Amino acid sequence: MTETATANPLHDWIANAVQEHPVVLFMKGVPEQPQCGFSAQVVQILDHLGTDFVGVNVLQNDQLREGVKTFSDWPTIPQLYVKGEFVGGCDIVREMFQAGELKTFLEEQGVLAA
Amino acid sequence: MPIAQPDLEAILREGFPDAEIKVDDLAGDGDHYRAKIVSPAFKGLPRVRQHQLVYAALKGRMGGELHALALETSAPA
Repeated sequence: MTETATANPLHDWIANAVQEHPVVLFMKGVPEQPQCGFSAQVVQILDHLGTDFVGVNVLQNDQLREGVKTFSDWPTIPQLYVKGEFVGGCDIVREMFQAGELKTFLEEQGVLAA
Repeated sequence: MPIAQPDLEAILREGFPDAEIKVDDLAGDGDHYRAKIVSPAFKGLPRVRQHQLVYAALKGRMGGELHALALETSAPA
């Protein structure tokens, strides 16, 4: 899941992206204009908490869309990464948010001011 | 390509024989489901791993035939 050198150049690109940016959301559409309700929900939650994040639109490239799924062994979009680690998709992010865990988690990771 | 609710339930039951499973067809279109699965198989696993087990049981249908499946997974209390 977090190998740095793989046979798949897209996996390398993804690994690099999630290392370089503390919070990355692979999504359909862009944060300003999500093109899927599930992506929109996660954007809304991150905006609500006030976390800075980088949105990567997987619709711009079919290979990227598939690469993201195989990289995380997760079949759906959106996918949230914090500090290089896969946190979850829409259901998990929403559950964590509703339980108050997401805020604590982001604060612990140092990506949200406590 | 949608999946009929009984088929989806059967697939999940096959993957989690000892689980308590409840499937709802959210939009009535055979393409947007919610599944609540309570299985001892989830005990001690983080949510990502729990959902990955469900996706594995669906054998590649998730994201393909099956567009939306909201998951709620837990281990029995």
